[in-house]
Amino acid sequence: MSQAASIDDRKFTINFGPQHPAAHGVLRLVLELDGEIVERVDPHIGLLHRGTEKLIEYKTYLQALPYFDRLDYVAPMNQEHAYSLAVEKLLDITVPRRGQLIRVLYSEIGRILSHLLNVTTQAMDVGALTPPLWGFEPREDLMIFYERASGSRMHAAFVRPGGVHQDLPQKLIDDIYAWTEIFPKKVDDIETLVTENRIFKQRNVDIGVVSQQEALDWGFSGVMVRGSGLAWDLRRAQPYECYSELDFKIPVGKNGDCWDRYLCRVEEMRESVKIMRQCIEKMQPGPVSSDDGKVVPPKRAEMKRTMEALIHHFKLYTEGYRVPPGEVYAAVEAPKGEFGVYLIADGTNRPYKCKIRAPGYAHLQAMDHLCKGHMLADVSAILGSLDIVFGEVDR
Amino acid sequence: MDLAALDDLKAKVAAALPAATVSSAYGEVNAVVPMADIVAVLATLRDATDLKFTTLIDVTGVDYPERGKRFDVVYHLLSMTRNARLRVKAEVGEGEAIDSVVPIYPAANWFEREAFDMYGILFANHPDLRRILTDYGFSGHPLRKDFPLTGYVEVRYDDEQKRVVYSPVKLQQEFRNFDYLSPWEGARAVQLPGDEKAKS
Repeated sequence: MSQAASIDDRKFTINFGPQHPAAHGVLRLVLELDGEIVERVDPHIGLLHRGTEKLIEYKTYLQALPYFDRLDYVAPMNQEHAYSLAVEKLLDITVPRRGQLIRVLYSEIGRILSHLLNVTTQAMDVGALTPPLWGFEPREDLMIFYERASGSRMHAAFVRPGGVHQDLPQKLIDDIYAWTEIFPKKVDDIETLVTENRIFKQRNVDIGVVSQQEALDWGFSGVMVRGSGLAWDLRRAQPYECYSELDFKIPVGKNGDCWDRYLCRVEEMRESVKIMRQCIEKMQPGPVSSDDGKVVPPKRAEMKRTMEALIHHFKLYTEGYRVPPGEVYAAVEAPKGEFGVYLIADGTNRPYKCKIRAPGYAHLQAMDHLCKGHMLADVSAILGSLDIVFGEVDR
Repeated sequence: MDLAALDDLKAKVAAALPAATVSSAYGEVNAVVPMADIVAVLATLRDATDLKFTTLIDVTGVDYPERGKRFDVVYHLLSMTRNARLRVKAEVGEGEAIDSVVPIYPAANWFEREAFDMYGILFANHPDLRRILTDYGFSGHPLRKDFPLTGYVEVRYDDEQKRVVYSPVKLQQEFRNFDYLSPWEGARAVQLPGDEKAKS
């Protein structure tokens, strides 16, 4: 080897992904390394870009809703919820009490779905294979609850502007309540595998530390700010639906490292179970969606009997409803952070513009900042703790 | 947000930004500022002690092709300490460059790259203004209103060349934009017989 070549042989550039199991989807990272030390990370995203925002501009408000299931596909209803809140804000309609409780109940199911996937695969990213197997069992139960409410395990299209699509049968509510009694035990089981595990702690403690100032500068939200000790949660700070009446705690981390973010997610699952139980306890019979016939389609039985309902049904499923001109931003505390929808209406039946603000997008762009100076093996640990899903990053 | 807090925020923003037009709708405060001031405006909003908009939530573009200055660049800000949100807008013409706000909010980096990719809005002094979401070697700006929904090129794997090839998009059926918008609903210009009986 010549002298010139041997001087720089510690520096090299490698590709991580897009088909890497720890890349959590189709992420391509171009890593510039000095030996095993990461000097620069250049994430290449967009491999799952489907043009959701463009497609929404060509759909009516109701037809645009199912695209939101396909963003963060591990917690579909939370996204629908943000979109529905935006449309409701423009139309100025309120959701009946039972509808709100069902929305909150399923938002929390979505949160547990997402956190179960994340905490267990975070453990898998650093070498543990058993936690995902344990975690996917309760996830399966939750997806069945999705299916029993909406007919679909993932792409629910259940939370709609005005309320939710259909009422829940009592048997389903009872089954969810029974599930909330056994689930905390399963979280304990997963914790015995992961939390104090020596290898897991060696790989996560003091890795990817985010200070409070960094969390603000990089536009972080959700667990990424709470892990750093900022008690910021939209469910508490800017409550939507009936979150202001519910009793829950906001877990915060201390050091802002990968392990603290893991601990926050585990605690949030326990809090979500509490919220679900309160929702079910508060639930009374009643309507689940607004009775505004110009926005919410009539029930099928009613459509068969009255002329007015038939006309509404026909009009709403062909033309859709007109939304008065205006612009709103509605955000929810999705499992991964602040999921926002910026909607501009021009008075027709289609959105003029719909910008989807995905939390993962803001988190992923800090990869370069977070990984600089870490070892190559830490890249996958940090990526795991960011909780990235490419459906929402690439849109 | 209740009305008193909204008016309060509106007054504070108007006091901090003399050149801005501040308005509120749907419980949200909007500030329209001149394009040239954007860096100074966001620095003021971030640092003023009674505002503290320390988090940049989102940057996006909006396309109004019929307007003189075609694009709006929209910044969504959040103040965690004051628990308030603000939307800042600036108008940018096609081919004009607005100053990048990356020096103030590092988070703006990818959001500005996305606005460049999707709308072709240029950001001056951006550290790395590459395309982000579209394909390598893509041309055009997909979210502009004059970009067709079906795009210009399609890709397929060519078994003979053993690689992915690009070809102009071929539609089996012409693209149909179903416009079900009723011409009657909300129509004021057209007077149909019998309309005068309706209590408008």
